Amino acid sequence: MLTNISTVLRTCVQRNGTAAVASARTYTDFTPQATFEIKKCDTHKLDTAPATEVVMTREEGLQYYRTMQTMRRMELKADQLYKQKIIRGFCHLYDGQEACAVGIEASINLSDHLITAYRAHGYTFTRGATVRQIMAELTGRRGGIAKGKGGSMHMYAKNFYGGNGIVGAQVPLGAGIALACKYQGKNELSVSLYGDGAANQGQIFETYNMAALWKLPAIFICENNKYAMGMSVERSAASTDYYKRGDYIPGLRVDGMDVLCVREATKFAADHCRAGKGPMLMELQTYRYHGHSMSDPGVSYRTRDEVQEVRSKSDPISLLKDRMLSNNMASVEELKEIDVSVRKEIEDAAQYATTDPEPPLEELCNHIFHNDAPLDVRGTNAWSKLKSTS
Amino acid sequence: MDEELERDERVFLLGEEVAQYDGAYKVSRGLWKKYGDQRIIDTPITEMGFTGIAVGAAMAGLRPICEFMTFNFSMQAIDQVINSAAKTCYMSAGLQSVPIVFRGPNGSSAGVAAQHSQCFAAWYGHCPGLKVVSPWSAEDARGLLKAAIRDDNPVVFLENELMYGVPFEMSEESQSKDFTIPIGKAKVERQGSHVTLVAHSRYVSHCLDAAAVLSKEGVECEVVNLRSIRPLDMECIEASVMKTNHLVTVEGGWPQFGVGAEICARIMEGPAFNYLDAPVTRVSGVDIPMPYAKILEDNSVPQIKDIIFTVKKTLNI
Repeated sequence: MLTNISTVLRTCVQRNGTAAVASARTYTDFTPQATFEIKKCDTHKLDTAPATEVVMTREEGLQYYRTMQTMRRMELKADQLYKQKIIRGFCHLYDGQEACAVGIEASINLSDHLITAYRAHGYTFTRGATVRQIMAELTGRRGGIAKGKGGSMHMYAKNFYGGNGIVGAQVPLGAGIALACKYQGKNELSVSLYGDGAANQGQIFETYNMAALWKLPAIFICENNKYAMGMSVERSAASTDYYKRGDYIPGLRVDGMDVLCVREATKFAADHCRAGKGPMLMELQTYRYHGHSMSDPGVSYRTRDEVQEVRSKSDPISLLKDRMLSNNMASVEELKEIDVSVRKEIEDAAQYATTDPEPPLEELCNHIFHNDAPLDVRGTNAWSKLKSTS
Repeated sequence: MDEELERDERVFLLGEEVAQYDGAYKVSRGLWKKYGDQRIIDTPITEMGFTGIAVGAAMAGLRPICEFMTFNFSMQAIDQVINSAAKTCYMSAGLQSVPIVFRGPNGSSAGVAAQHSQCFAAWYGHCPGLKVVSPWSAEDARGLLKAAIRDDNPVVFLENELMYGVPFEMSEESQSKDFTIPIGKAKVERQGSHVTLVAHSRYVSHCLDAAAVLSKEGVECEVVNLRSIRPLDMECIEASVMKTNHLVTVEGGWPQFGVGAEICARIMEGPAFNYLDAPVTRVSGVDIPMPYAKILEDNSVPQIKDIIFTVKKTLNI
């Protein structure tokens, strides 16, 4: 990632020949790392808490910045494409919540496992998919990460189990993945995400019970963005202390708009799980700028002022940017270059996603089964015999 | 299950009472003693939760056997079976497979009343992405269960509580550790020339018993044991119908949208239609929730006399 930035900058220099480029400052001018004070987490059934003084390096900062900016621009592009009717069906956007996905990934490995619900484009990216693959899946093309067969809610990558459409169902799945981690003894853990709406689902409590009973290496994370579709947390939960709802499972309430807070809390939870102490619960207090999905303008149950206030005071990308600039960890120009580069990447991906052809009709019935002999599938009428290969 | 647990360490069993209780119907007797807590797991009474956990474990590389104490309880977890297990391979375009077996007793028992007697063959048989099998004999149960466990896809394995105690003769071959029966293939249990009887699970016995009675009257029934509900072996049924020209389906479940209804529709769409000398007809459970009183229960499910009656009607004798 850092190579990308330096390549971009080097290219700028070469283009200008011998002329000095505006960003004549070299890397040695910047602070290599700085210590930051972050908000203390509320704890439940814990004697210790995540650190409140944390170190972030310049490299880390640039990486978090670039990743969050990519996610942000990608979601905004998806908004555009949806309004142009190039993306169909459901489209649940993640803009505003970027610090959650990036902070979590910063403290786990790609060899760990993660599952979430349908607001999944950001996680598909942090788990290793390319923007092209994600956008082409949204537009239902053959280059999509699920070959166009899944769509917005069903994207998968290595150690990323979607992308799940049924509210809450992903949580028992995530605990099952944790069971497999424990069974296979590879010291991996499983992160299961769900929203404030899903937090009331019975199957989640069933899962808490078994995960605690069997000491599964599972981190349950509630992304509390204050609204489950149009239901505010006050209107749907008798207890909005989501981090306490695991009862016997220790919990943390975390500022989900601060990537460093999320990172630190995840590190704390990951250490707990890897030590064999059983599951942990984290509530990330975050916010989504868009409505629940593209069909929801998002202002019938909250005011535009509220959205604006969060945008101006708590935006995760702005927070990180301010930190880096005020600590001389990057220059305005450098961050602008990243913005330009990200914009280009998104444009390129959107171009791909709108020109890549749809999957061929011959693929219609494929992938019903895995590792199976070809079979015949009935088409829409008795004479239509379609072929399915796995 | 013992042999499959021994053969592949990724295989494990979870469900209510499967471990220390030796199984509600003693199907898993001795397994916990032999394999221990990690591989034979007693779950709390939380079907939706533990079924989801089983599916997740399958997604992450294990090969779970998820037991439902009866399939009636699978309704609590049916979302995990259909939306998380069955559809995933397709939705992910083959990226994510789910090698899981859901097994347990299905259909009516004796005196357990309405909430514990439903047959789920039609419901699960309806869904693409699932394989659904319904064994009758001990050989069926053995071969199909091994095939199901070794299959990389979700398989619904419908057992029958009343069949657990029925002894069957077994061939040498069927007792071998690697004996599997292909999923999707039916078996002709009895050759005949006058009428084809198609059934699955317990009602295969009823058909054979009816065939024995009818044989004395000179009517020779061909009895087809479906073995699999999905895929349905229409080729086997069609070949039989093209020989006998008459078809009667027999099932324990309700008639509307049932296994027999599907067979009827497909016979009409296929080559065997022109060989029929009479319409296909169905024998099924009565279209009511299962009552408790013995006289009522006995008259809620197909009896041998119902099969004989229907055959005679079909043959117009």
